[in-house]
Amino acid sequence: MTARFRTPLLFVVMAALLAAVGFGQSWVVSLSILNLCLISAIMALGLNMQWGYAGLLNVGVMGFAALGGLAGVLVSQAPVGEAWAAGGGGLGIALAVVVGTALLIVLLRRFVPKGALRTSATAALLIAGFFIARIFFDPAVEAIERIDSATTGYIGGAGLPIILSWMVGGVLAAGAAWLIGKVALGLRTDYFAIATLGIAEIVITVIKNEDWLGRGVKNVTGLDRPVPYEIDLQQSPWFLDLVHWLGVDPIAGSSIFVKLCYAVLFALVLIAVVWLAERALNSPWGRMMRAIRDNEDAAAAMGKDVTRRHMQIFVLGAAVMGIAGAMLTTLDGQFTPGSYQPLRFTFLVWVMVIVGGSGNNWGAVFGGFLVWFVWVEAEPAGFWLMDAITAGLPEDNALRAHLLDSAAYMRLIVMGLILLVVMRFSPRGIIPERRGR
Amino acid sequence: MTDVANAIVLLLNFVIVPGVAYGSQLALGALGVTLVFGILRFANFAHGDVMAFGTMVVLLTTWWFQGMGVGIAPLPTALIALPFGIAAAAAFNLTADRLVFRFYRRRKSPPVILLIASIGVMFALQGIVRLIIGPNDQRLADGARFIIKASEFKAATGLKEGLAIKLSQGLTVAVTAIAVAALFLFLQRSRAGKAMRAYSDNEDLALLSGVNPDRVVLYAWLIAATLAAVAGTMYGIDKSFKPFTYFQLLLPTFSSAILGGIGHPVGAVVGAFIVALSETGVTYAYKKFLRYLLPESWEPGGLVQLLSTDYKLAISFVILVVVLLVRPTGIFRGRVLS
Repeated sequence: MTARFRTPLLFVVMAALLAAVGFGQSWVVSLSILNLCLISAIMALGLNMQWGYAGLLNVGVMGFAALGGLAGVLVSQAPVGEAWAAGGGGLGIALAVVVGTALLIVLLRRFVPKGALRTSATAALLIAGFFIARIFFDPAVEAIERIDSATTGYIGGAGLPIILSWMVGGVLAAGAAWLIGKVALGLRTDYFAIATLGIAEIVITVIKNEDWLGRGVKNVTGLDRPVPYEIDLQQSPWFLDLVHWLGVDPIAGSSIFVKLCYAVLFALVLIAVVWLAERALNSPWGRMMRAIRDNEDAAAAMGKDVTRRHMQIFVLGAAVMGIAGAMLTTLDGQFTPGSYQPLRFTFLVWVMVIVGGSGNNWGAVFGGFLVWFVWVEAEPAGFWLMDAITAGLPEDNALRAHLLDSAAYMRLIVMGLILLVVMRFSPRGIIPERRGR
Repeated sequence: MTDVANAIVLLLNFVIVPGVAYGSQLALGALGVTLVFGILRFANFAHGDVMAFGTMVVLLTTWWFQGMGVGIAPLPTALIALPFGIAAAAAFNLTADRLVFRFYRRRKSPPVILLIASIGVMFALQGIVRLIIGPNDQRLADGARFIIKASEFKAATGLKEGLAIKLSQGLTVAVTAIAVAALFLFLQRSRAGKAMRAYSDNEDLALLSGVNPDRVVLYAWLIAATLAAVAGTMYGIDKSFKPFTYFQLLLPTFSSAILGGIGHPVGAVVGAFIVALSETGVTYAYKKFLRYLLPESWEPGGLVQLLSTDYKLAISFVILVVVLLVRPTGIFRGRVLS
């Protein structure tokens, strides 16, 4: 089979798998898998930019996805006027202090030569800024969190349509990536991995604990939606006519219709990202990135600014992850910081990229689809397997009950095995990077 | 004067004692990470879950012993179950090496590939642990709770502040001291230990001198597994056993190893205590402490807590980043491979 037909064929197989779920289980299930496949594909594209193009071992995907998700809240929720009145001023001053401190440090480091004086002055400024900011920050936060804490207790958002949050999420994640890149880029690969792992955990901790910002673990539910509600559809005449004409039950039909709307929106974003990524990868810029990845020293000798290019790709990849994170929050209709687990949001995306084929955009997309599909379907499959293994045991056997209860964890084992098997027997992934152009 | 004594006891009770116990647990973990790094040259992301795996076997064995009424009260039953955990962790590490890591080692793949492979191992191992014991919190400690009770201490010294030392804390420090001493004796005195150090320092030269690389790798995995199982069990006795917590220990563990100088055993221990004491020190609320030391009119209004305890992880991270930026070789000049 030539490579030309291989990629389309793989996607046809993927579509057939989703269709099989549609016929076998239900179309609602199939479409919800498809929607998350689309989001996963975008997230995998983001990581593929960082790892596949540039060789940056970013183990902090979760942090960027969560920042994107936070954007969903900050853009779409209605602002809480009372909270702003109570603590807005304090927050503003604290922010000004932080920005001022940062500016002072930048100025200091520009004009004072490297040495003990500069290091100690930087440390002193940092500590002073921290305490001064907290003088204003702490009472403001307390005032905000006291206001109607059962329903709000946070500053709310901008009250804009949630679809804008996809852009804002990208920008937020990109900004964070820029800050992180300033500190962590230039570290050796394995240290960079550990550093990003830590940053992601810290981002989640901050989101979980700073209740004034996004309500923390109290969650924000009932977010705005870019698509119609099922209830409204079931009452609108044109929709009833449509389902009648199609011969579908209105309730199931409305659910499928809403999911299709999401799928179209997500697919548009995916197509845009893939198109841009393909253009970039096949341009001189893409070749430069791969050259840097394959031999940093040689690229530097050719006059390429390795650190700046790394920063560029790190920020771009993070922006794509942020967009995907915001889309995920939009789809869920809620923002739940407690649900961000490194396994699901970082390492699973890694499996997608490695299995799909790092360095190849279509590989990352396919990996996103396939791995998410397996991730979801491994649970019923694991249940079925456990049921089959323990079929000889009586219904109330403790071991049987325990194994059936924990069948969901089969998916972790399956993911680990898939990753290891692909790495061993097809190290360049299912759709390998094209080389030698 | 009693005020100063009270302040010191307060600090001991809430910062130093828990910090030293936690530091001992981290030290064991960091030693394992640093050894694997020194010999196999990659950061093993599965190490935290090997801890969880070993501890899980200890927990299951403990339940079995408790069911049979076997125990060594007042010491926790987990101590006699520990060998089973060590054996299980060792068996796991050797299996993982045979099935996964050996292939890449023989092909001389870059360390990054081994790191990503360790993520695969981590995934599978997390699944195995959760499949067997579930994701929830489990208690591992039994037997006596305290070596020194706060009330007894107060009665004995007449101070207002009490100093409590939990049995688990004392045990942790003692077990760590024994394990670390044994490891250092092994590395310094035994033939195998010397071979390991030689291999870690200069692989080619060691091979030239007739060091058997497979043997060295085998020892590294065995020692790392032993340390991981001991560290996990001690952490479990001191706090509790929850698989996800063990994964999260990865960050402070790596911070400790890197802070001390990766590949450097003494550094790992020193680094672990610095990380642990910073964590407890920075998240402690100093209000009461200052009240003893300062004149009444200076009494602080707030809690005087630098960071809330939720941000413990951030501290190990900050330490990590500062070390990497200021002195990438770590305190003891570990190896800096690229």
